[in-house]
Amino acid sequence: MRARMWAVAVATLGVSVVPGTPVPAATDQVVIGDIDDMSGVYADVMGAAGVEAINMAIADFGGTVLGRKIVVLTADHQNKPDIGASKFREWADQNGLNLLLGGSNTGVNIAMAKVAAVKKVPLFNIGPGGASLTNEDCTAYTVHYVYDTVALANGTATAIVNSGGKSWFYLTADYAFGTQLQAAASKVVETHGGKNVGAVRVPLGAADFSSFLLQAQASGAQVLGLANAGTDFSNSLKAANEFGITKTMKPAALLAFLTDIHSLTLNTAQGLYLTTAWYWDLNPETRAFAKRFFAKINRQPTMDQAGAYSATLTYLKAVKAVASTDSDQVMAELKKMKINDMFTQGGYIRADGAMIHDMYVMQVKRPQESKYPWDYYKVVKKMSGEEAFGPITGLCPLARK
Amino acid sequence: MLARRIGRVAAHGCSAPVTEIFGIPVAVILGQLTLGLVNGSFYAMLSLGLAVIFGLMGVVNFAHGAFYTLGAFAALLGLQYCGINYWAALVLAPLAVGLIGVVVERLLLRRLYGLDPLYGLLLTFGLALIVEGSLHQVFGATGQSYPVPQSLAGALNLHFMFLPLYRAWVILASVVVCFSTWFVIERTRLGATLRAATENAPLLQAFGVNVPLLKATTYGGGVALAALAGVLASPVVLVNSHMGNSLVIVVFAVVVIGGMGSILGAIVSGLVLGVVEGFTKVIYPEASNIVVFVIMALVLILRPAGLFGKE
Repeated sequence: MRARMWAVAVATLGVSVVPGTPVPAATDQVVIGDIDDMSGVYADVMGAAGVEAINMAIADFGGTVLGRKIVVLTADHQNKPDIGASKFREWADQNGLNLLLGGSNTGVNIAMAKVAAVKKVPLFNIGPGGASLTNEDCTAYTVHYVYDTVALANGTATAIVNSGGKSWFYLTADYAFGTQLQAAASKVVETHGGKNVGAVRVPLGAADFSSFLLQAQASGAQVLGLANAGTDFSNSLKAANEFGITKTMKPAALLAFLTDIHSLTLNTAQGLYLTTAWYWDLNPETRAFAKRFFAKINRQPTMDQAGAYSATLTYLKAVKAVASTDSDQVMAELKKMKINDMFTQGGYIRADGAMIHDMYVMQVKRPQESKYPWDYYKVVKKMSGEEAFGPITGLCPLARK
Repeated sequence: MLARRIGRVAAHGCSAPVTEIFGIPVAVILGQLTLGLVNGSFYAMLSLGLAVIFGLMGVVNFAHGAFYTLGAFAALLGLQYCGINYWAALVLAPLAVGLIGVVVERLLLRRLYGLDPLYGLLLTFGLALIVEGSLHQVFGATGQSYPVPQSLAGALNLHFMFLPLYRAWVILASVVVCFSTWFVIERTRLGATLRAATENAPLLQAFGVNVPLLKATTYGGGVALAALAGVLASPVVLVNSHMGNSLVIVVFAVVVIGGMGSILGAIVSGLVLGVVEGFTKVIYPEASNIVVFVIMALVLILRPAGLFGKE
């Protein structure tokens, strides 16, 4: 992101543009924190609506655990790793934080993982994609809950290579997430006999993508791999349509959220392949959750918002099972238990911290196929968790190959 | 090396077209030049508004990006709720936003004249945060699509690239608007009066000119230009609450490079920097979002008043 004087000034004026209420450290409470992008480019992916999902989970659980009231703290990390890490540290030191949910942005979550290791507070990564969180950057307290770059690449890239898209050119967001996503997709493409023609690294939040797109077109590749997210993804796809690039190249959304498709409209996004952990219209359970969520937020939930709900429930179930909020006991229970709820069936947390669950390769419907509001995806393939997240790499010292 | 390349081209005679310059295909160069001009058009229109406001009023208008965003939202909401089409929005949105500008000037900015320019900067910065925060609260972060008007759909075949008709229109519209603004300020009696108001407001007032009205109109006009740029941008990018704040910093750099307050400087440096940025996207894409600031630093060292500014 550009060095934005806005954000700097806001930070100087006081980091606490934060709706959370300070709560004194108390043993009669269980404190769940949520640090996320609440005001920037990723704010609709989880953001304030994600907090609502967390509150829904707490209400569904009964509002208390072990006879203790469950409270939620929230903060806006403004996509700055230092803000995320220092807020996490503050809550761990002063507010008796028991669990942190990490929202969007891989960079911020890597910084927060370091704090989790030192403070011994479980960190559930909901929003970030970077698979390094369960590899080089793994900790004993990390759970990567919703999706990662490996699963996205295994889903979308495999589907496209197998349907004939053999040569790839990438438009990559120039930070940890984009480069990890491109690396994962490149590996998948090569494994399946395709080839990687080239890539251009685009600064985060670029105002115009057309120059980069013409470079992609000049490469002669068949597939335009979009290794970016949020507004960057939407604006690059919009420009690709406008310049007629989608006529000669097949666009691949390596990460797209339901909200992105909603903004772009089906006219622009139709035919796109993407991979998601969850979709609101999969089965009666997902629809029931979506209906309740919609009543509060007036939007259908994204996979991150559903994931935040599920992660909160999962943590509370583990606390209840061990009758303690001791981090080590809870983590041991988490890595033993099976996760069954509207988010996933038979999910489990591996030694490296990756939550292994089914993922779905989707194709965006054509406008005439969409029968009701938010009817956007059709399932191309359901991948098992093992297929999606791949084997343990051995890069995380906690998990042997 | 260049000589050798040119020699090779010459040896091939006229029938062989030049295909590469410095190892970059000519088609790519022409393509980036065109796209650079499109982006430069936005820079030029935005920096022009800033330069007018600073040059004639001495206000560093940090809310410029917010007014640009408001322009885009005015077009979007006008279409969604009142069925106002693109062409009408091109006129109505800048008018509406310009009117907001006049109100801001009358109610707030005018109280700060005569104080350190820093106060105006802080006020407009605060306004920008309020506007963007409110839009974010109501419309969320992801943004919405504004359709390209039917008559500008499709593309021109320039042989080296397909240029969407709409982008060609952006260049045309921006050049016309920029140079007419320049003409009005530098070459007409109204412009002369405006400039006189900056030189010596009390004297001008003594001649019976309504200076406060003049200043309000200037600010309204400046932000209307920003809103117009916002309407022009709305079919190209997703309309969202953040669209202005990533641009406004670049545009400030453009104004500094052109020379604070220089109208022609803002227009020319806007267009040129758009092109420079375009080429950076080919040669070293990672640097494309800082190249403007590097140039700004160089200009400040070598020619502190800017390329077109008066020492």
